[in-house]
Amino acid sequence: MFNSIKFRAALTVLIFLAALFYLTPTFVSELPDFWKEKLPKDKIHLGLDLQGGMHLVLEVDADKAVDSTLERLSNNLKESLMENKIRFRNVDRTSDKMITLELTDPAARESFEKTLGNHYPDLEIVNSETIEGREKIYLKMNANRVAEVKKMAVDQSLETIRNRVDQFGISEPEIIPQGDDRILIQLPGIKDTKRAKNLIGKTALLEFKLVDDEHSLEDALKGNIPEGGEVAYGLHLDRETGRQTSAPYLLKSKTLLTGDALESAKVQISDRFGEPHVAIKFNAQGSDDFDRITGENVKKRLAIVLDGNVYSAPVIQERISGGQAQITGAFTMEEARDLAIVLRAGALPAPVNILEERTVGPSLGQDSINKGTWSCIVAGILIFIFMVIYYRASGLIADLALFMNIFLLLGAMVMFGATLTLPGIAGIVLTIGMAVDANVLIFERIREELRTGKTPRAAVEAGYAKAFLTIFDSNVTTLVAALFLFGFGTGPVKGFAVTLTIGIAASMFTAVFVTRIIYDYFIWNRKITAISI
Amino acid sequence: MAYMEFVKPNTQIDFVRWMKATTIVSVVIILIGIASIVWHGGLNYGIDFAGGSLVQIKFKEEPQIDTIRSTFKMIGLENSIIQTYGSHEIVVRTPEVRADLKGLEAKIETSLSTAYPAGGFVIQRTEVVGPKVGKELTKKALLAIIFSWIGILVYVGFRFEFRYALGGIIALVHDVLVTLSIFSLMNKEFDLNIVAALLTIIGFSINDTIVIFDRIRENARKNIRMELRDVINLSVNQTLSRTILTSLTVFMVLIVLFFFGGSVIHNFAFTLLVGTVAGVYSTVFIASPIVLLFEKIKPSAITRKK
Repeated sequence: MFNSIKFRAALTVLIFLAALFYLTPTFVSELPDFWKEKLPKDKIHLGLDLQGGMHLVLEVDADKAVDSTLERLSNNLKESLMENKIRFRNVDRTSDKMITLELTDPAARESFEKTLGNHYPDLEIVNSETIEGREKIYLKMNANRVAEVKKMAVDQSLETIRNRVDQFGISEPEIIPQGDDRILIQLPGIKDTKRAKNLIGKTALLEFKLVDDEHSLEDALKGNIPEGGEVAYGLHLDRETGRQTSAPYLLKSKTLLTGDALESAKVQISDRFGEPHVAIKFNAQGSDDFDRITGENVKKRLAIVLDGNVYSAPVIQERISGGQAQITGAFTMEEARDLAIVLRAGALPAPVNILEERTVGPSLGQDSINKGTWSCIVAGILIFIFMVIYYRASGLIADLALFMNIFLLLGAMVMFGATLTLPGIAGIVLTIGMAVDANVLIFERIREELRTGKTPRAAVEAGYAKAFLTIFDSNVTTLVAALFLFGFGTGPVKGFAVTLTIGIAASMFTAVFVTRIIYDYFIWNRKITAISI
Repeated sequence: MAYMEFVKPNTQIDFVRWMKATTIVSVVIILIGIASIVWHGGLNYGIDFAGGSLVQIKFKEEPQIDTIRSTFKMIGLENSIIQTYGSHEIVVRTPEVRADLKGLEAKIETSLSTAYPAGGFVIQRTEVVGPKVGKELTKKALLAIIFSWIGILVYVGFRFEFRYALGGIIALVHDVLVTLSIFSLMNKEFDLNIVAALLTIIGFSINDTIVIFDRIRENARKNIRMELRDVINLSVNQTLSRTILTSLTVFMVLIVLFFFGGSVIHNFAFTLLVGTVAGVYSTVFIASPIVLLFEKIKPSAITRKK
């Protein structure tokens, strides 16, 4: 069956049509309706370097999540000990993630251990010593739990970032975990990269804390921060002068409510000044808490703190029921919108650091596409002319194969959903060179055979047979290199490996299989007596 | 019918005779290259490997490096590397990695707007690679190159004989070293794209080498009584036409990429140009002598049959 020219030609046409089918959406801007509904409508997928966009690799600082879990545990532990009337002092956290505390009465050790065992299975005693009649105890979170907290932090960050990006409205974002604690983010076509980075990287931990008006702020700024208090700053940007001023606040450290208690957040315009603010609505539990907190603290100031910055600290005029509040602070419309997004999507469980960032502006991408396309066309024309001059009619056959090769390569890329990058275009250009090589090998062999006086039919047969093994071996070895490039390459380099791999496969088909059909047709059916080679 | 031929059939150039001399030439180039790398204190690593930040800016009018440098004083970037890049474009490189999210762009925009009108410049590209990622990328790049060598060694050893595989690999190492040497001598920046180029060179050069090895294998079987030295000469001569033609077409393509491919692809194409020359050269003058050398040490199964 494989000897039949008709069968081989039909197979070739079929494959060619398949490539055409997949490439149509890329080259035709207006697809007919029936096509849009049923048939593949994906265009060739361009890498960020070609279409412009942002590539970010973030590292979730999972240690910080462990720290905050530890802090919460130690606060809870204090309360439990007080409830159980176990006397203690000097609860502290060490730099190597341990909680230390001293039991005033060493005899209380037994009840301490009981409390620990009943309510804090995550904590274990690593060491204890007696100092001046007090029992000093070192506690550590067990390793499984630490690993769990870290994993949760990464998973949750991924989810939160995904939420934020979705709400920001970027088409086809790619957000995938990488390794243990990394997140890869690709945002094609994004223009305002500063804003996107801000949106993604913001921890967005919203806290409500009381302002401490009983102690002196001046004293606190001098270093005398009262027990259970902290100093935080509110940043204010004067839009007219562009100057940023910061005002200090003395707050009570205890967090009364966090962003977890939010149900929704949206941008509203205040009637008086036309300035945007963010209206927040608490969930059921949050509403009750807010109701209680405001009821208990009328005439005190409640600070709204985001990531450690005080946004506003209004005086509570009266008990607020219904669970609604607003965050004000000279926002622009965009800032208010982004703040609403991060509040809705929730806080990151741990801060994230940018490890790698690559941003390509859309004009540079277009420039690269244009230059890449031009290079391909110019190189194609040069090779076309060269082959026809050197090999005449056979050169024309090789050129036809070459054209088909590029066509198949692009079609296959759409089919596999592979990404075309700038080095990828270089890979295509290189494929052009390599495809020509296969035909050169075959033609040189045929010439050699013809020189020994063989008939065209015998020369073509021998030429293909002998050249095939060489082409196969040389292409497979190149493929080996391309596969490692794919395995270890990152970003654009991977794109290069993809085009090279598909290109090698396509060139084996077009340069060997397709050209042979044409020769066989002329030799078998047209019975030509001389080959133009 | 007469063919158009660059190389006449029955050309008999005694390539083997030149092999000693060419090996010395290669060794000298590589030694100079290594000296240059040592003298420069390593390759000129781009931010992909060294970590750091890069910003590419396009100006409406020809930018004045001095003006730009002085505006950079206010953001503490006056000591960064500023290079012109294509026409009306500059690339700013700094070893610093700013962890804060505001990033470099905003700062550069503010500082440049003191000297250029709004719309007079556009930031085209920003890249920031943290030191941790840089180290990983270096490791991955090295692994990619070494594993591709091993993969090729295994495949060629399996399809041919071990000594051929060894000859091929040494030729590849030669190509990579020569390319790196030229790179270091010209003090060009070495980044991820260049690794892709090196791997292409590896793939391409082995392609070339296999074609000749294939002929040697074929000729050795056909002419059992012929000395390996003569078999090699015969094979290199027989494939010479193809070697020249293929290299020429690839070279044509690369020249086009080099001149028309745009600024980003420029270095990539340059590396491939150097590598292709080294690759063709090593195929003829490095890979085959090693096969011959091994023949002297330990005759192969095929020739021992005589």
